[in-house]
Amino acid sequence: MERRRAAQDLLPHLILWGGIAIVAFPIYMTFVASSLTQEDILAGMPLLPGPHLVANYREALFRGVVATSGISVLRMLWNSLVMALIIAVGKIFISLLSAYAVVFFRFPLRMTVFWMIFVTLMLPVEVRIVPTYQVVAELGMIDSMAGLTIPLIASATATLLFRQFFLTIPDELVEAAKIDGAGPLRFLVDTVVPLSRTNLAALFVILFIYGWNQFLWPLLITNSPKMTTIVIGLTQMIGLGEGRTDWDIVMATTLLAMLPPALIVLLMQRWFVKGLVESEK
Amino acid sequence: MQRRVVFRGKALPYLLVAPQLVVTLVFFFWPAAQAFWQSMHREDPFGLSSRFVGLANYAAVLSNPDYIASIQRTMVFSAAVTVLVLVPSLLLAVMADRVIRAAAAYKTVLLLPYAVAPAVAGVLWLFLLYPGVGPIAHALSWLGIDWNYLLNGGQAMMLVIVIAAWKQLSYNFLFFLAGLQSIPKSLLEAAAMDGAGRTRRFWTIVFPLLSPTVFFLVIVDLVYAFFDTFGIIRSVTLGGPGKSTEILVYKVYYDGVVALDLGGSSAQSIILMAIVVALTALQFRYVERKVHY
Repeated sequence: MERRRAAQDLLPHLILWGGIAIVAFPIYMTFVASSLTQEDILAGMPLLPGPHLVANYREALFRGVVATSGISVLRMLWNSLVMALIIAVGKIFISLLSAYAVVFFRFPLRMTVFWMIFVTLMLPVEVRIVPTYQVVAELGMIDSMAGLTIPLIASATATLLFRQFFLTIPDELVEAAKIDGAGPLRFLVDTVVPLSRTNLAALFVILFIYGWNQFLWPLLITNSPKMTTIVIGLTQMIGLGEGRTDWDIVMATTLLAMLPPALIVLLMQRWFVKGLVESEK
Repeated sequence: MQRRVVFRGKALPYLLVAPQLVVTLVFFFWPAAQAFWQSMHREDPFGLSSRFVGLANYAAVLSNPDYIASIQRTMVFSAAVTVLVLVPSLLLAVMADRVIRAAAAYKTVLLLPYAVAPAVAGVLWLFLLYPGVGPIAHALSWLGIDWNYLLNGGQAMMLVIVIAAWKQLSYNFLFFLAGLQSIPKSLLEAAAMDGAGRTRRFWTIVFPLLSPTVFFLVIVDLVYAFFDTFGIIRSVTLGGPGKSTEILVYKVYYDGVVALDLGGSSAQSIILMAIVVALTALQFRYVERKVHY
């Protein structure tokens, strides 16, 4: 009986360790490869890290790779960071304002505005690739940070989340603000934004990851090497059957490309989980 | 739905919605309308003029054997990804719900794939399985398996399915775990006292209560497999070898951006939009059902 209990208690841990192995194995092997030389990797790589970690990361970060027209990974990381921050902050800013207007005011066409924002849920970039590109081209925004970020900052998800939360703010608070003579903008800045702190943090985490991981849109909009984001640059480094691939440098770049969003998930896990679960309600 | 107490203001609310409305109109409605217009027109080879052709582009797309093959491929791909992500993530969530010690540590690691961009996830696995380079590729050839996804379409399809499922595991795991933790413990204890074993409790109590979550995740995973896997296909197979991994979203990109067939690509865009609308409508039926419970 005791032994059966022990086996029953052990089984979940074994299965979970299996899951962790599947999740972590590719990441671990990438780490190992990023610490070896190209020759070590091609000769059948070992399972333990080698001594070239620092050298590989230094080369990836600071020396431009031929495949990406000499742009260094550091520059690409910077581009991705700027893009992700503009997208996350921009989305939060415009959604906060529009949700505030829809919830705290009564105005003609209010529901029309709400539905127009709402249907954008059904129009992901992937389904309107060419026409959106043409619009951005007509506006002369190709190959610019504005063209890269502004088309992505309209978000029904964030607006819906703020709206949901704003509806729960007690009427007494609004009345008290009115009695104190506070206008709508004062109420927004002094009361609503501080109350939304946790929602803001949760959304920021989700939207930063969303922005950092963009692929299709930068692929279309950026041409010049100095605009290359890290995810795009990484895929350019791989020969895919033609041309030489420097696997040691590619693997170091892969880890660098996933490090910022991974750190955010690890360090801000509570906000991340909240953002993910709530934005789907 | 609106609040009882609101502010007064004539211009202010319009100013507040203006930024989002402008972005939405310029980058969502204008392109969508343009896609619709283009899908009914055909440009001459020099792009100088275009003429109205009605539904001819749709007819051309839908009668093209390449497109039909891509639809079938996408269905196989999405179904396989959905099953391959749902089953393991449910199993892992049930196990994580059962252990108390170290549950947080397990959860932390299992959430990692969410942070990885689809294209980067593609590179992680591409390396492991790159013929003649990757450790798993070496192991497979050592086992006598003729592994070369660069030449073998079936293997390429298997590879992108595995990568897509790996990347989506976190999301499903998290929602299953949340669903499991919202099931009242008293219900399970009562069943246990009536002598129901663990397996029986799972199938008669846990699984039925979890079914709305399962339904929701099926839709989310299908939408994910349809659209968000572009980065995986682009970084691992480029739709090849041949066209064996060319799913619809890759085809609309390829035909529009690489092959420059605007009418055809726009018709494909409209068809994809219809698919998203249908899937979203299904999702809302689920939400409505949830309200009724």
